[in-house]
Amino acid sequence: MDATLSAQGKRRSQPRLGLYASLLPPLIWTTLLYFVPLAILISFSVWRLEEFDIVKEFSLTNFKTIVTNPAYRTIILRTVGTALGVTFIDIAVALPLGFFIAKYGGRWRSLLTLLVILPLWSSYLVRVFAWKIILGYNGVLNTLLIELGILHEPSSAFLYNQFSTMLTFVHVWLPFMVLPVITAFERLPNDLWEASADLNAPPWTTFRRVILPLVTPGILAGSINVFSLTMGDFITPSLVGSPKGIMLGNVISSQFGVSYNWPLGAAFSLVVMLIVFAGLAIALKQGALDSL
Amino acid sequence: MTTVGSEPATTTDLPRQRSRPWLLGLWAVVVYGFLYLPLAVLVVMSFNNSRILSLPFKGFTTRWYSIAFSDEAIRVSLGNSLQVAAIATLLSTIFGLLAAFAIYRYRFFGRNAFRIALNLPILLPGIVTGVAMLAYFSNLGLELSLGTVILGHAVFGLPVALGPMLTRLSQFPRNLEEAAYDLGAKPAQVFTGVIFPYIRSAVIAGALLAFTLSFDEVVVTIFLTGRDNTLPMEIWGRLRTNITPEIAAVATLVLVLSTGLVLLSQWEAAREE
Repeated sequence: MDATLSAQGKRRSQPRLGLYASLLPPLIWTTLLYFVPLAILISFSVWRLEEFDIVKEFSLTNFKTIVTNPAYRTIILRTVGTALGVTFIDIAVALPLGFFIAKYGGRWRSLLTLLVILPLWSSYLVRVFAWKIILGYNGVLNTLLIELGILHEPSSAFLYNQFSTMLTFVHVWLPFMVLPVITAFERLPNDLWEASADLNAPPWTTFRRVILPLVTPGILAGSINVFSLTMGDFITPSLVGSPKGIMLGNVISSQFGVSYNWPLGAAFSLVVMLIVFAGLAIALKQGALDSL
Repeated sequence: MTTVGSEPATTTDLPRQRSRPWLLGLWAVVVYGFLYLPLAVLVVMSFNNSRILSLPFKGFTTRWYSIAFSDEAIRVSLGNSLQVAAIATLLSTIFGLLAAFAIYRYRFFGRNAFRIALNLPILLPGIVTGVAMLAYFSNLGLELSLGTVILGHAVFGLPVALGPMLTRLSQFPRNLEEAAYDLGAKPAQVFTGVIFPYIRSAVIAGALLAFTLSFDEVVVTIFLTGRDNTLPMEIWGRLRTNITPEIAAVATLVLVLSTGLVLLSQWEAAREE
């Protein structure tokens, strides 16, 4: 009894020390290497470039350029549209798969899950490039279609367009959607199905009214991943996309690279951040925090 | 009624609910095919006796592998990548472990905000991290090098490593901790003797994830790299100019090696439980 009391007393006397020792190092680390850089990026976005020199005065020139230039508006819309499209397709692909693995996977469940993640361990660049080999003019798909007699000559319709961009995105980000979805399905108690079935609910109703609301946090967590990854990517559009189909990531990387207009690039980064924050806010409001 | 889920759906004890699992199974087969098709194509191309990466298959060769092995630039960049990933992983795991402990152990003001803040580097696109750190380092007058790449990777590595640890800690039976305190253990002893052994596999899983993501990273690296290339940067440079089968060979080797690593860690985790 005495020992318990003194142990508890000791724990209460210096809990703050442990808190600071564990909380401060990661906090300072992330602040110095992430939040300070973000602040600097934001300050760049309100500076401007004049005659190859950065003028360090507050102005909204860059944002005015972004809003008034119709070409930039199109790029923003295209990027958001692509990211949303890829997210929804990945949800549609991942839901039945996650459901199957979690419910019918049995003792193969962890193996099946592992098989979903495994492609992530091959180079991302090379996976994107592989689609070029598949969809290209001399590619695998064309060779196959000609062998089968469906096509008489190779078609260039498969590569360097919005279709190949979306397909590649759906492929490379799919594991990021499937994983949280599987986790969400695995958390469901089994008797939920039986209860719903015992009440004579048809499977589809059970799914829509009982299961779907419960796996929504998992879907949201996956959606944040996929949406954000697509919003900032420039590798896929530059390898398999159309030259006319560039996305915000391409604009940012070119402003920080060959175009050498860091203030404008920073302003574009801010646009990307704001759009992702908007998506994040929606997801967090729906209760995605625990699945992050 | 027996429970479903622990067994494959071969038993028919739930007549009303047998909603065609074969259809779902078929879907799973199609999705796995979709996931692995590009990898399969790559592996096949790495053995194809042809200078161009296209079909038809012109015979088996290991020529591209010997070319890749003797390629100085590939060897050097591979060494750089391993070095970057190892140091970034170490930093990520240490800071991730501290953060996980703070979040698990204490209730403090702004705890959820702290969690979200730490996760921001993976919630926001990598390109934002890349250009922000580029602007920062240039303001500081810091020259870009493998060192800046390591810092960049460690920034997004922290939340990557943190994730599995937090998940595991949320399942930790708190009475174990209470018992240790009641037996007179000090907080540091409780951490090293009770909590850490429990989350060890999650720490390894998190570290492994951080390592592989760093090893493969392009978007952040592109902005922070100096003269020395990492392997993905080397591949990126070649993809844009002349793509050759030895890149397919390198990719296949990386795939085989990392698959081995993952399987090893899974086996380790399974053995532990």
